[in-house]
Amino acid sequence: MSDWYMLTFVGRDRSGIVAKVTSAIFEGGGNLGEASMVRLGGNFTIMLMVQYDGSGESLEKILSPVCDALKLWKHVDRIEGELHHHLEPDVRISIYGADRAGIVAETTGALAEAGLNILNLESDVGGTADTPIYIMEIDGVAGKGIDVLETALDRLAREKNVETRLVPIDTLMG
Amino acid sequence: MAVLDILTYPDSRLKQISRPIKVIDEALQQFISDLEETMLAGPTSAGIAAPQVGRFERLVIIDVSFKPNIPNHGRLVLINPEIISHEGSVVGREGCLSVPDFTGNVSRFERIHLKASDRAGKTQDYDMLGYEARAVQHELDHLDGLLFLDRLVSRRNSLFRRKVHNQVDLPKQ
Ligand SMILES: [Zn+2]
Repeated sequence: MSDWYMLTFVGRDRSGIVAKVTSAIFEGGGNLGEASMVRLGGNFTIMLMVQYDGSGESLEKILSPVCDALKLWKHVDRIEGELHHHLEPDVRISIYGADRAGIVAETTGALAEAGLNILNLESDVGGTADTPIYIMEIDGVAGKGIDVLETALDRLAREKNVETRLVPIDTLMG
Repeated sequence: MAVLDILTYPDSRLKQISRPIKVIDEALQQFISDLEETMLAGPTSAGIAAPQVGRFERLVIIDVSFKPNIPNHGRLVLINPEIISHEGSVVGREGCLSVPDFTGNVSRFERIHLKASDRAGKTQDYDMLGYEARAVQHELDHLDGLLFLDRLVSRRNSLFRRKVHNQVDLPKQ
């Protein structure tokens, strides 16, 4: 049975990164799983599950030429990975406000205490250089129920001067 | 009575357009009973469409009455259903009996006015809202060979608004 690896790539964004990296993996005998690929601050970042019948060292060798050519920093970790084990989020939380040090730590800290298990978090900095704003969207599982999260969000809004919104996710199966 | 097999994507038959039903006869009644039994036998679902079991006719069953405190019409058999008008749009998460182990966000009309024949062949119309309206739109898509995968909205940078008025989404074909 093949092992799963988590591959991380970071480099200056340029066209063709995804195609070239995934081609190298495919031609080297790797099988792609779940992935997150996004441009962050002018860099392109990839986190990618790959199933590969060989050692981490030989996987690194397969990746080296494409990473050198594209000037990508890479990292390979063997993981305990499995596909078809998605957790369903039951809540989406949006938080935004004037950007300042500690905003993410404070908000996610309070939410963790209120039972939130984060499945997906996307955040961005908008506004202007002088008055940046921080925007965060989280999909997660409300481990202690939605009421507890609502209370925590109300307190955050009051004490930390951020705007918060919680929308229950009611997945329709049909 | 029988529990029917559910087609799952990438079975290409799920992408075909179903034909209108012209005659409501005993054979169709039997099929409706089987489809209902199939819906109840699987994981809790808000509805099922005939093409999901390989019968390419314009018939769906919906039932969202298992959800507490939402407006609904109970269990409905909808034959040749048609959305007459719609209002608003709202993003919500959907999964599908024909697409195992994946869910995603889809934009749907918030309110619809629906016309369909019932099991007895009588034309009925319904005003539907929210979750029930979403269930109908999901099932009607199956009749046109569309899956929720055809309508995914991006997770990143998608505005997740409960209500967006003055913005009308046209069904894309
Ligand atoms: Zn479906």
